[in-house]
Amino acid sequence: MAAGGHGADRRGSRTAGFINNPEVRGVLFQIAFLLVLCWLAWDIFDNTVRNLQKANIASGFGFLDRTAGFGIVQTLIDYNEAHSYGRALLVGLLNTLLVAGLGILLASALGFFVGVARLSSNWLVARIATAFIEIIRNIPLLLQLFFWYFAVLRSVPGLREKWTFLGIFHINIGGLHIPRPVFAEGATLVGAALLIGILAALIVARWGRKRLDATGKAPPSGWIGLALIVGLPLVVFFLTGRPISVDMPVFNDQGPLLRRGFQAGSGLTVIPEFFGLLLALSIYTAAYIAEIVRAGILAVNHGQTEAAHSLGLRQNQTLRYVIVPQAMRVIIPPLTNQYLNLTKNSSLAVAVAYPDLVSVGGTVLNQTGQAVEMVSIWMIFYLGLSLLTSYVMNIWNRRVALVER
Amino acid sequence: MSDTAAPASFVRDQIIAERPAPPSTVGPIGWARANLFSSPFNTVLTILAAAFIVWCLVPVIRFTIIDAVWTGDDRAACAQATGACWAYVKAFLPQFIYGRYPIEERWRVDLVYLLLVLMLVPMLIPRVPWKRLNGILLLTVYPLTAFVLLTGGHLGYRGSFLPADIVEPGPLRFAIEFALVAGVVLLATGFANWLAGSPAAQSGSTVAVVIAGLAVVFMVTGFDFGLVPVETSNWGGLLVTLVVAVTGMVASLPLAVGLALGRRSSMPVVRTASIAFIEFWRGVPLITVLFMASVMLPLFLPDGVTFDKLLRALVGVALFDAAYLAEVIRGGLQAIPRGQYEGAMALGLGFWQRMRLIILPQALRLVIPGIVGSFISLFKDTTLVAIIGLFDLLGQIQASANDAKWASPVTGITGYIFAAMVFWAFCFAMSRYAAFTERRLDRSRRR
Repeated sequence: MAAGGHGADRRGSRTAGFINNPEVRGVLFQIAFLLVLCWLAWDIFDNTVRNLQKANIASGFGFLDRTAGFGIVQTLIDYNEAHSYGRALLVGLLNTLLVAGLGILLASALGFFVGVARLSSNWLVARIATAFIEIIRNIPLLLQLFFWYFAVLRSVPGLREKWTFLGIFHINIGGLHIPRPVFAEGATLVGAALLIGILAALIVARWGRKRLDATGKAPPSGWIGLALIVGLPLVVFFLTGRPISVDMPVFNDQGPLLRRGFQAGSGLTVIPEFFGLLLALSIYTAAYIAEIVRAGILAVNHGQTEAAHSLGLRQNQTLRYVIVPQAMRVIIPPLTNQYLNLTKNSSLAVAVAYPDLVSVGGTVLNQTGQAVEMVSIWMIFYLGLSLLTSYVMNIWNRRVALVER
Repeated sequence: MSDTAAPASFVRDQIIAERPAPPSTVGPIGWARANLFSSPFNTVLTILAAAFIVWCLVPVIRFTIIDAVWTGDDRAACAQATGACWAYVKAFLPQFIYGRYPIEERWRVDLVYLLLVLMLVPMLIPRVPWKRLNGILLLTVYPLTAFVLLTGGHLGYRGSFLPADIVEPGPLRFAIEFALVAGVVLLATGFANWLAGSPAAQSGSTVAVVIAGLAVVFMVTGFDFGLVPVETSNWGGLLVTLVVAVTGMVASLPLAVGLALGRRSSMPVVRTASIAFIEFWRGVPLITVLFMASVMLPLFLPDGVTFDKLLRALVGVALFDAAYLAEVIRGGLQAIPRGQYEGAMALGLGFWQRMRLIILPQALRLVIPGIVGSFISLFKDTTLVAIIGLFDLLGQIQASANDAKWASPVTGITGYIFAAMVFWAFCFAMSRYAAFTERRLDRSRRR
């Protein structure tokens, strides 16, 4: 017993030494892990192929060239039923980008406003901002979307009537009717002038900064820039004979009842699906942005303000040169996250049938049954957008991060 | 020094009593002057804000209280109403709570709700003892009980992997399979221990727990509890919302801990896999995940295995939430000073012991507010299951608003206001709790 025990111990300790070596263990564990992963992936792949064969669905992206055969209510590019599924998806993608882009602008504006309001020394204003944030953040976005779309936008006047705001915004159940800019020949020149104006203004601003660093005197580069951005296109606009005009929505309130309402093709009609989605997305995200802005401003040490004041900077200079640049460093990373969230949340469009990528894709999926392909198109788009954004953010972050020892 | 000859002093030998502060700087007036009317600009702001409040609140109060209809039996009561139709909410309240769950079986749902409150409330109050036992009950016994109570527990599981020509499908095959699995688990642990040259005593209890757990799961799946089965397609309303939310939370937490540890692992394969998993789920919208779960999951499974619609949504929600939660927990892991890891190593603890006894208790406690925040967004996200055709609270309300018996111009908006109040109450309570915990945990760092 004793001898055997010894032998077993020695042999045991040799294997034990091998097995208990952390590196060996790591390698063994990783091999096992990889094997399990591969088996899982293979199993899923195998099952999918078999299930697809059984359902008689050819895999691959060939279906994108087939005729779609369904219409879309809002198209930014030329599209009709005869176009392909691929084109329909492109229309959906552009619609996603449109609602996300506008939503980001609106949410930022409202969010910054509310965030600053929450820090106001005026008790009532701060309370209103707090109430807004606490109400909006604790109610699901889908519910807010339903509320705006089904409850609010359905209670506006019918097609034969309208409500008017500020003289140019008309709303009825058909949507929001606003003036539409019409571009005639030469409008591209105005656009080019605007672009050149912006570029020139940027150059002037840069020159102004250099001049300030060199001489300590700031040239009025802001005013020069503004003159360039506004003035240059205006000059070109009049030189080319006013190529941009405005098409007002025409409302017939005379004549037989059935003829009343907005004249088709006049003005720009924003469909209620878009309007409702935009409202819900921007208000919901604004509440989060407001909290980010507040946190960012509070994150700047009060000593910074005091130091700036003791240097003789005025209140607005302190804000502009000391507080905001430092607050931005804290604000921008979570802010980008919110922008991404807004873009991803725009997929809720499917609940109100706004034709975004997910909604159009859902129709395509139902018609073709190409579930795997369709879901991967969605995933690739959103994933690509996220990864691209985080890549850009990482570069930016490295540039503005505090450089310490 | 006689009384009569006291010299007239020019210096007052008593302190004058404090005079009250000017009335304009104290009390409500002083407060208003300091906070509302401190400057002309502030005064204008106050007036504008007050006007805004009146402009917002008056219609809301008129709609929800003054003009509201409180009683009635059908749409006639609300057809002409200009205010909320609370009679409709009253009529549909059972549906909002239970969905189409059979009326005579609703006590089971009530029991599940009650058990949840009984187990959750002591867990949330810091002073109540037996947290460990409470947590184990809440995470293991409660889900099983709730599962049996809600579904009826008729899985009819009769064994799966032994061929039918060896043993007939039935309780016997099931028992034999259980014995086989338990034996294999025991043997494997014993072999691993023998290889590693460590005594099996420590791992013995772990194995016992695993086997007992398996036995319980097999019991639950095979035993007949005498309850009427209720299809998940009959569930609805708050029940579905809570089932999705609670299951998502319970299922995603352990997965998230694993992912967070994996992401910080020194093993490249594990780390890469964890990062890929986390970034994938965080990069896509939940609605596409739910679509994937409902149309692609059936494709992934072998022939003949079908998944319940609710279960499919649950899988999607749990995976999605686990990725977000993993990042929260990783934050906690990173906040633990290196010395804690090194100290644990110096004591000779293995990886899992280090994590279980030293790191995770500190890290998880640190990120409770973050975890609750993640749960709040999960709770709000449960509404999305309405899009793939499940009737959660929002879906149920949306469906009932178009009910022919109650359809009126104000029915829909009343339903949404009701849903908003319910969701708001849940989420606000959670966020207050997170704030409370944050303050409590912060105490050690405050001076």
